[in-house]
Amino acid sequence: MSIQIEHLQYVYGAGTVFEKQALRDISLTIPDGQFVGIIGHTGSGKSTLVQHLNGLLRASSGDILVDGESIYQEGYSMKKLRSSVGLVFQYPEYQLFETDVFTDVCFGPKNLGLPKEEIEARARQAMNAVGLDESYDKVSPFELSGGQKRRAAIAGILAMKPKVLILDEPTAGLDPKGRDDILDMLADLHRESGITILLVSHSMEDVAKYVDRIIVMSKGSVLYDDRPAGVFAHWQELEKVGLAAPQVTYIMHELETRGWPAARDVTTVEEAKDAILNALHRK
Amino acid sequence: MKIIKGKDLVYEYIKFTDEGEAEAKVRAVDGVEIEAEPGDFIAILGHNGSGKSTLAKHLNAILTPTEGTLYVDGKDTRDENSLWQIRQTAGMVFQNPDNQIIGTVVDEDVAFGPENMGVPVEELWKRVEKSLRAVGMWEYRSHSPNKLSGGQKQRIAIAGIVAMQPKCIVLDEPTAMLDPVGRREVIRTVMELNRTQHVTVILITHYMEEAILADRVMVMDSGKVILQGTPREVFSKVEFMREHRLDVPQVTQLAWELKRAGLDLPDGILTTEELADALDAIRGGE
Repeated sequence: MSIQIEHLQYVYGAGTVFEKQALRDISLTIPDGQFVGIIGHTGSGKSTLVQHLNGLLRASSGDILVDGESIYQEGYSMKKLRSSVGLVFQYPEYQLFETDVFTDVCFGPKNLGLPKEEIEARARQAMNAVGLDESYDKVSPFELSGGQKRRAAIAGILAMKPKVLILDEPTAGLDPKGRDDILDMLADLHRESGITILLVSHSMEDVAKYVDRIIVMSKGSVLYDDRPAGVFAHWQELEKVGLAAPQVTYIMHELETRGWPAARDVTTVEEAKDAILNALHRK
Repeated sequence: MKIIKGKDLVYEYIKFTDEGEAEAKVRAVDGVEIEAEPGDFIAILGHNGSGKSTLAKHLNAILTPTEGTLYVDGKDTRDENSLWQIRQTAGMVFQNPDNQIIGTVVDEDVAFGPENMGVPVEELWKRVEKSLRAVGMWEYRSHSPNKLSGGQKQRIAIAGIVAMQPKCIVLDEPTAMLDPVGRREVIRTVMELNRTQHVTVILITHYMEEAILADRVMVMDSGKVILQGTPREVFSKVEFMREHRLDVPQVTQLAWELKRAGLDLPDGILTTEELADALDAIRGGE
């Protein structure tokens, strides 16, 4: 499912002293099956942007086309939109409320009015996808670890079989293991089901390893939209807007100023290792 | 005198079933020794559930040890008569800034702690000014805290602790919910307090780039301290850290990978400069 955003503007508190333009003239195309990182500092508009994509916020002007159809046209089914564009909020574990994990994951598909067998089949599949096996079925969501809770919450969205999965800072507050588990799980999901994934984050290191494309937001506008290497080449500008490139980018830059061959495409430890060994003719 | 001295610390709690029956005994802290001299900066690493927050809560007597002893500035944390003194000695900053701010105006929020200690009014406002300046938030004194960024809010929370003039500050993942700028602001503030005012800092964190700033790093797993030493000593054990699913800084990891690929690099490289210097030396020698 493709998403096309055309000249999107969003102003909140219009006509009050708190009036603020949160999004300025955003135009983007997200093709089917892409794994996209949306990066920006706090208040850059990234969460506001993704909340438009499943119709939680309505643009002040501009348009959003999902599979070529405007979601703002009369009679467009928001219910349908929300079942095909799944949004996992920040700290989704606060939204777990059922007595056991399985019932909680069933909540979404149940509200879609599906037959019981289908609901349970979907819940099982979604729990498998996030790495929670049957032994977690009857466990209270509140007894899970932070990372497990978050995976249970993501399963609740996956059970609705969205075509686009949007996650707003899915790794915030998790430890390195919990973070890697979630990101590896998303990468597997993307590879196996071809689902479109939009990952909102402020960690460059995390995102660089996984995504095909990075959209950098600043002050409500799109600052960069490129492959990770293309975005990190602007590391000095990124710092000015409160972001930082991965540490390896700085290492390669430092080496370049010391007369080593330029390796500006490097965004991960693995790539840096290869570039350095190459420069030393050890490969 | 040591500001923190803990010996054979054990903390157990009992887990209950839904029916209210005791189900299992959990040892969240299991035989930990912790010592800090005044002015030390100690970082505690470990994944969630490793017992690091439980240990931290002992340092200002929110929890008291099931076994073993813990002295904070010479006071036994199990002695209820010392409770207030201990809490004034060791202040705590938590993960979520929104849960720690109660005032409607920044300076009132910072005044809350010392006011409750009975600090006279004139002295109180002097302290508020001094601590807000120390965290670089003096210009925001008349602002409403809820309009501030996460990093700014967290600095206000720190100012609220600083105004109580503790000898020791315990920070439990103070940057986990912040963006890179917020993180840098908070860590700079903490470093400043440690370096200029010699406040003892115990920092619990998941960010390795913060841990490398400490004098000493303690790594916890299953309630035990499984590794400790200077940041260089700890991060030179890349394989050990990985086995315990902990990160090392990217530069340390890169150096380690290069070493495994046959380059003659020293262990425990922590900064970009160190790595570049070592690589230059190799390249020059070829």
